[in-house]
Amino acid sequence: MSKAKQALEKLGKELAAKILAKQVPVIDIPIRALSNVQYNKKTETLELGNKKSERNFFHVAHAKKFLQTLEVAAVSKELLEEGKHASLRDMFYMVKRTIPNTKINIVDDQIESDSALEDLEVVTNFSREQLNINANKMGSVAGHVIVEDKGDEINWAKMGSGGWSIPSNVEEIIFKKVNAKYVIYMEKAAVWERLHEDKFWEKNNCIIMSSQGQATRGIRRLLQRLSNEHHLPIYVLADFDPWGFYIYSVLKYGSINLAHMSESMTLASARFLGIVAEDIENYGLKKHLITIKDVDVKRIKQLQEYEWFKNHKGWQNQFKKMLAFKAKAEIQALSSRGISFISEKYLPEKIKKGEYLD
Amino acid sequence: MVQKTAEELAQKQRDISIAEFFEKNRHLLGFDNPRKALLTAVKEAVDNALDACEEARILPEISVELIQLEETRFRVIIEDNGPGIIRKQIPNIFAKLLYGSKFHKLSATRGQQGIGISAAVLYGQLTTGKPAAIVSKTAPDKPANFLKLKIDTQQNKPQILEEEEKPWDGKDHGIRIEIDMEGSYLKGRQSVDEYLKETAIVNPHTTIIYTNPEAQQTIFPRATEKLPPEPKEIKPHPYGVELGRLMKMMEITEARTLQQFLMTEFVRVFPGTAKEICQNSALLPNMKPKEISRDLAEQLFKGIQKTKIRAPPIDCISPIGAELLEQGLRKEINAEFYCSVTRPASVYRGNPFVIECAMGYGGEQDSESVIRILRFANRVPLLYQQGACAFTNSIQNTVWRSYGLQQSRGSLPVGPCTIVLHMTSVWVPFTSESKEALAHYPEIIKEIKLALQECGRKLGMYINKKKRVGEQQQRVNIFENYIPEVAETLSKLSGVEKEKLTAALVSMLAKNKEYIEAYKVAHEVQKTEEKNKEKQIELGEFDE
Repeated sequence: MSKAKQALEKLGKELAAKILAKQVPVIDIPIRALSNVQYNKKTETLELGNKKSERNFFHVAHAKKFLQTLEVAAVSKELLEEGKHASLRDMFYMVKRTIPNTKINIVDDQIESDSALEDLEVVTNFSREQLNINANKMGSVAGHVIVEDKGDEINWAKMGSGGWSIPSNVEEIIFKKVNAKYVIYMEKAAVWERLHEDKFWEKNNCIIMSSQGQATRGIRRLLQRLSNEHHLPIYVLADFDPWGFYIYSVLKYGSINLAHMSESMTLASARFLGIVAEDIENYGLKKHLITIKDVDVKRIKQLQEYEWFKNHKGWQNQFKKMLAFKAKAEIQALSSRGISFISEKYLPEKIKKGEYLD
Repeated sequence: MVQKTAEELAQKQRDISIAEFFEKNRHLLGFDNPRKALLTAVKEAVDNALDACEEARILPEISVELIQLEETRFRVIIEDNGPGIIRKQIPNIFAKLLYGSKFHKLSATRGQQGIGISAAVLYGQLTTGKPAAIVSKTAPDKPANFLKLKIDTQQNKPQILEEEEKPWDGKDHGIRIEIDMEGSYLKGRQSVDEYLKETAIVNPHTTIIYTNPEAQQTIFPRATEKLPPEPKEIKPHPYGVELGRLMKMMEITEARTLQQFLMTEFVRVFPGTAKEICQNSALLPNMKPKEISRDLAEQLFKGIQKTKIRAPPIDCISPIGAELLEQGLRKEINAEFYCSVTRPASVYRGNPFVIECAMGYGGEQDSESVIRILRFANRVPLLYQQGACAFTNSIQNTVWRSYGLQQSRGSLPVGPCTIVLHMTSVWVPFTSESKEALAHYPEIIKEIKLALQECGRKLGMYINKKKRVGEQQQRVNIFENYIPEVAETLSKLSGVEKEKLTAALVSMLAKNKEYIEAYKVAHEVQKTEEKNKEKQIELGEFDE
């Protein structure tokens, strides 16, 4: 019997015992909010604090959430027993129904079942992947790597133009052969396609990986495993704007919603390769900037205050310069120097010179 | 163009009889349209019947019958068990305008002016040409007088068309009046039906038997055998008279000196007070009232205002009483909560008055529309000109939200509620002769508002309690519906039998109804904190 299933049963048995003893059924759930998240300087990760909130069935405001959490747990237990996996959307429909004699639906929106599942993760200390719930597949990878997934051998170098699409659960993957000097994770799928077409990974003996925007849990876990198990440096390639910086921040230090899983997600060794302020001068991108908006300025000011950036001279310098330029730049701005400028000149040069922020 | 001389014009100048005047200005008396005419005729006859019964200390039993003769023609028949009227007075009372017993005295009766019933006779005569038929019997052993009367409009004098003296079987005493008139019968807020229903509310000692034009009979039985105390007559209070009236009073008084005049014609004036008034007016107490000129009268008028005079006695007015008013309301309005209040007597312009208020909330009343207002003056329902009435304006200017009713600023509140307001006074100030709306005296408005607030507080307490009980029930309902779900799911998760879990949770719920309430309060703080956190996440401080 899997440990995840045991944890779910333990939760159920404890609650049932309380009820039979005529004690108020309460689930204690660590609070997942800004007020209960701290930055640990030692491990350089965001960590969940000790604050807990009660979910009491006999409380008007809690009763529904209490029920939602139980429903999600029951569905998950069933999946584990049958050895099947469901998507978040599946979970929503498996939980959704109308309570007899009322007009109340147990869940009205997928956000509610997603949130109940995140609660279940913090209560049981098992990730949703371990509870047999998968997020949408997103992201591609290519490189000289051979892995085994559910008995199939997969060669990341021979996946055609689309690359291997990264599953949401990468726990069971076994690395058979890893032949690479480093990994580049990029914010833009279009940039990944450029590098793939240019055979960048082959020429430079590395792994290229991307998704659209924020890295999914599967990607973050895969990057962590490559870093931990094969000691590969991880480079991040993102836009020169607050959102690009934040993608890096989440990869390296973790995020509030998943603070309880920081341990298995964060990448202390991640390096920010570009685009940085210096690139704009060095590579003549000045004519290809985009003016920043008020919302960008606000976001930069928030980033400046984050504990992990606050005393980081390199990053404070980037923020200041962006505010001084009053402009941001996309990775694709490099294409103004030629379509393959990024793969032939920019990246090899930056990596050779060791120009990155960490 | 031919010029006319003053002499020629003078040929057309002549007296106008009061009857002729009202013939042309019937709207002043409430006969403006056929529908209202029907109501006014019934109202005048019923008001007179009630006044007469109360004065004679008889428990009133009044029958009202409307018969439709033609499309727009009705016969109005009202019969009472009052003392009857002696033969000599019948023509004057029914067929002479401004003839009556109530105009010259101050007492809390329904009628005041001596116009009402004769105006109804006049209206019938104008629209159908027919006389009114009157039957009067004053004692069981006497025969009844049967008369057919018309009004000579030029001279304002009664005209007797037929007369007969014969027995009235099965009747001890009383009056019966039949008038044929043009009219229109409609139900609704300003109908005869409504008037009688409301009359029954404020006259719980009265039985009314009503037969409408569709021949349906409604009986409003009396709720109490107790007659209201007889209205006492009082003399005017010095503060209440105007200059013109003061001069008139001095002209007709039998008193020989000014001091005597003040002491005999007014209430609350004793020798000391009379001397003080004279002093304040710079007049001699032994002056002859008839010799006082207009200028001196004005001096006297001002002197009265300067003198401190005790408020008039209040035993001359008899309010319905909070309890009886509430009983009356209960009978006619189906509500779930009632409350009522009778204010202490107060005075405006030297006239004592009492305001009473009753409320009925909930039940079958519509909760989406404006509240219903029932207005009464000296036990008479006021059905017209609601918007111009001091009662209505006082309700509008009271803040009802704190009493549990919805209200937008300055308008009538909304909710399933009926408000009854009643004013008793020796002289009720109306805005017009047709007695439809109360005039706006600050002293009266103040009392109305106090009555409304006193009742409002009781209502507010009830509504709030109801809300609390409702909310708690709702909470219990939530848990009752959730329990089977939780039990089933938890059973899947833990392997414990569903039935056991359900039974345990149900017994906890039963025991913990108070606990649920208390828990809610204790956790209010925590709830707000949680909300703040949720907000933070929504604001995108961190996203993924």
